[in-house]
Amino acid sequence: MPQIFKSSTNSLARTSIILAVVALGGLGGALFELIANSSYATRQGEAREQPIPFSHAHHVGSMGIDCRYCHTGVENSQHAMVPPTKTCMNCHSQIWINSSTLEPVRDSYQTNESIRWTKVNDLPDYVYFNHSIHIKKGVGCETCHGRVDTMPLMYQEASLQMRWCLDCHRNPEKYVRPREMVTKMGYEPDEPQEVLGARLVKEYNIQKLETCWTCHR
Amino acid sequence: MTGTAVTGTAVPGTRMRLISVSLLAGVALTVAGCSRLDMQDQPKYKPQRPSDFFADGRDGRPELDGTIARGQLNEDVAFYDGKDAAGKDIDAFPIAVDKAVIERGHQRYDIYCAPCHGRLGNGMGMIVQRGFKQPPSYHIERLRNAPVGHFYDVITNGYGAMLNYSQQIQVRDRWAIVAYIRVLQYSENASLNDLPLEARAKLPPANQAMSGEMKAAMGAEPMAAPDKDFMNFPAQPATPAGVPGAMGAGAATTYNAQPEKK
Repeated sequence: MPQIFKSSTNSLARTSIILAVVALGGLGGALFELIANSSYATRQGEAREQPIPFSHAHHVGSMGIDCRYCHTGVENSQHAMVPPTKTCMNCHSQIWINSSTLEPVRDSYQTNESIRWTKVNDLPDYVYFNHSIHIKKGVGCETCHGRVDTMPLMYQEASLQMRWCLDCHRNPEKYVRPREMVTKMGYEPDEPQEVLGARLVKEYNIQKLETCWTCHR
Repeated sequence: MTGTAVTGTAVPGTRMRLISVSLLAGVALTVAGCSRLDMQDQPKYKPQRPSDFFADGRDGRPELDGTIARGQLNEDVAFYDGKDAAGKDIDAFPIAVDKAVIERGHQRYDIYCAPCHGRLGNGMGMIVQRGFKQPPSYHIERLRNAPVGHFYDVITNGYGAMLNYSQQIQVRDRWAIVAYIRVLQYSENASLNDLPLEARAKLPPANQAMSGEMKAAMGAEPMAAPDKDFMNFPAQPATPAGVPGAMGAGAATTYNAQPEKK
């Protein structure tokens, strides 16, 4: 009986196994990239549930309250701070005092129990981000957090992926604004950003920090 | 994918290892993409994290009663309390007031005070328009004659319906705000003769209505944008009568949780 396969079929079979493995690996890698970059993995743009449906659109957009009224730590510390219940009560001791929506706020104020807010912009724990230096160098709240004044419930504007951080760390001149405009929402530069950015980078002595240990310590 | 791992002996050792490694890497990558890793959420305390260990559930710890942190003895009564030795409000600033201080005060005032007191200090800020008890204007006789220590005391300890701002505004900034309140009082009661000649030239003719732009330039309250979001807020039961800001009753009961992305 003649042989069905020639002896060269052996090497063909081996090659195809290797090729299949390579193809599978490539497919896995592509799948990984796809998943890791999806908003499903980064949670970008996903409005998060909160114990109280606090609306930045209302408080910032309509009432015109400055970010720093509540986020008092943002200029001087790494952490912008979710305000204590007392800050809510500055106004809500008199306004919306019968609202059932605000029941948890009043409870918290009376019992001294913390309100457990859901953290929306949550960096991995191996990233050491500091708000104050970004504020001092003219990075606007809006640049990372988006138009907070249009968000009924807070969502994460940016992907918060490392490549997103690096985009600005490599080209700060594309994003910086004058310090006094940092909390302004809907900011438009008066002059072309290339001109303004280049000047501010010089004036504020903004360095292009791209080393690993800038953020990973 | 794991089921396809190469067994058999037909493939020589090195190549065999290469194949398994690339297969394993593919599996590992796929798994890594689907789950958060331990390093992302480390069991350590960072600001404002919950804690199972402490009874109040917070990782931030309050100062113990009767202890004073280093550098916080606050012996300078005039600076920290705005009082003199007899406990009366001081009427001289305990810090040197210059243009930088006033500008800082202006900025801090607009952040923390203007929501109620208004940009001009007339007590007609946005929150007041929404139903908060109207504070007195800074420009009444009593407050124009009040010592600076009084304003400092009100910021630090609150007054009437106003809660204290000691946690939100640092001591030096409180004095800067007081300095700016003095500026507001001065400017709102200035006469034409107080202006330098160049500034007088910029004034509108006396009997001509000011344009909207001029009003805006003079720091009038910005017009409130139509507040759609406010109307979408869940209706609140038993709206207090006569509170102009509490107009949620009867409004749409659904809360628009989806952000409008452009």
